[in-house]
Amino acid sequence: MIQKIRVAICTGTACYVRGGAELLDLESRLPAELTGLIELEGASCLELCRDRAKGQPPFALVGEKVIAAATIETLIDAIAAACGACGGADSQEARR
Amino acid sequence: MNHNNNAARIRRELLIRTAKLAFEGRLVEGIERLPYEMTAEGWETIRCCRHHDRAILRLRTMAVLGADPEGLDDAALPLAEYARETERRAQDPAPRIEGGELVVISEACNACVKTRYLVTEACQGCLARPCKMNCPKGAIRVEGGRAHIDPARCVNCGLCMKNCPYTAIVKLPVPCEEACPVGAIAKGADGVERIDPAKCILCGKCLRECPFGAVAERSEAIELALELRAGKRAVALVAPAVAVQFPGGLERLAAALHALGFADMLEVAEGAEETTRHEAAELAARLTGGEGFLLTSCCPAWTNAARKRLPALAPCVSETPSPMVYAAQRAAATQPEAMRVFIGPCVAKRAEAKRTRLVDRVITAEELGALFVAAGIDVGALDPEPLARGAGGTARGFAVSGGVGAAVAAEFAAKGKPAPRLYAVNGLTRQTLATMEAWAACPPEADLVEVMSCEGGCVAGPCTIANPRLAKIEIERMREDRG
Repeated sequence: MIQKIRVAICTGTACYVRGGAELLDLESRLPAELTGLIELEGASCLELCRDRAKGQPPFALVGEKVIAAATIETLIDAIAAACGACGGADSQEARR
Repeated sequence: MNHNNNAARIRRELLIRTAKLAFEGRLVEGIERLPYEMTAEGWETIRCCRHHDRAILRLRTMAVLGADPEGLDDAALPLAEYARETERRAQDPAPRIEGGELVVISEACNACVKTRYLVTEACQGCLARPCKMNCPKGAIRVEGGRAHIDPARCVNCGLCMKNCPYTAIVKLPVPCEEACPVGAIAKGADGVERIDPAKCILCGKCLRECPFGAVAERSEAIELALELRAGKRAVALVAPAVAVQFPGGLERLAAALHALGFADMLEVAEGAEETTRHEAAELAARLTGGEGFLLTSCCPAWTNAARKRLPALAPCVSETPSPMVYAAQRAAATQPEAMRVFIGPCVAKRAEAKRTRLVDRVITAEELGALFVAAGIDVGALDPEPLARGAGGTARGFAVSGGVGAAVAAEFAAKGKPAPRLYAVNGLTRQTLATMEAWAACPPEADLVEVMSCEGGCVAGPCTIANPRLAKIEIERMREDRG
């Protein structure tokens, strides 16, 4: 069985208002080859916004990787990269 | 355009930072620095240089403060002067005059080229030349192996684009004009867009669709922030669509509103129950009297459109007041000393509220979100506050297309009357308005026609935060909760 990639969208209000709300719709916007490979969750405030060095909200986690100023597109890229890293090289190929 | 875009993000960031200054009591003192702070490290220059970006941010800040930046190329006065005006209005609220809710920040307007069709390099100069053969105005000639459109003859019918087998002809639209269902936004001689208040229905589609963020609302959110900070007693009238704008449910939203300084929260869906009863009675009487179909009245952009664009249909529009009006009346009866703040998903309610004089302030879901962030309130982390009563499920469904019709039908069923024939106009566009225009002579096959200006209903309003698809799912869940 494939290990699903955990994608956590910060739903703390500071992230949510700055675009996090839209990221929760990620699953309906995934390209076909990534569908079913992620486990999406709305996380309570990840407290990443407290540290300026971490970047701008909205924040999300793809696996352990922190994505700042996240958009649907940057999340999809990060998921595709994570798939490639965990052996699912086909999915990277498919994206091209 | 999807909410997830840079224009929306900048608008929200400005709201957040301005509200923060207001909550900290540093509005006048801090506002001048705001455009500089916004364009500090990490700012991606949008126009020629960051100085121009700052000049436009100053104009945007004016709108956030409730002033009118239209026609200015820079704030006429120091921002502190506008901030002082905002403070004055918060201390001594004068009766508000309808108009000017939506403005064009002329300097931010890209003055997009007039809508036109363009032949791209993909043109093969083919033998068939269906573009040329089908152009009704003889505006196309083929030269140097490629088709050319003569702008003097072209009438923008788009037939060339439809006929090109290589999809080599593209339409260059003017997004705001394209979005406006009533032709209320148009270019002046300088190419800059202007809104004609005689035609505008305040649907907010231009606000949402302008890629340069040149259409702005004149906000009351900062006045409200100052009033809440000063300890004014206020009750929040939360529209059905706003009930699903934040994660954590209505009970947490109630807690967050308390934390922000509101004394109380009232679901406007409770007013929607009243609207349902009255509209059902009105429809029943109309059907008995053989007066024909009834159009719903709760969407203020639609009632504006009925008045301005389809006056022939105006007699068919329900006279039943909107849920906001009933909710405001209830709040006025139970807590007359508190100011009434309507929190909604759209622009048009701003004008409706002024007209009814029952609501003291209108802010949008987006502005409420900005106030939460500015006050450091994390909605999802709060303990839920039980609701005093809570509205019924069908009333909560007013926020989605089909919801009003369904509520009236349920009321008919409860009274044992035969089901009315329903039809829903899901979004006002040029096409749907043209269809409706024909109804004056040839009525639709329906008893009740529900009209919502936004496709999908209020959850897809121009000033929402939540993704409309997810918000609709949440409404369905809340509906089932209540049955």
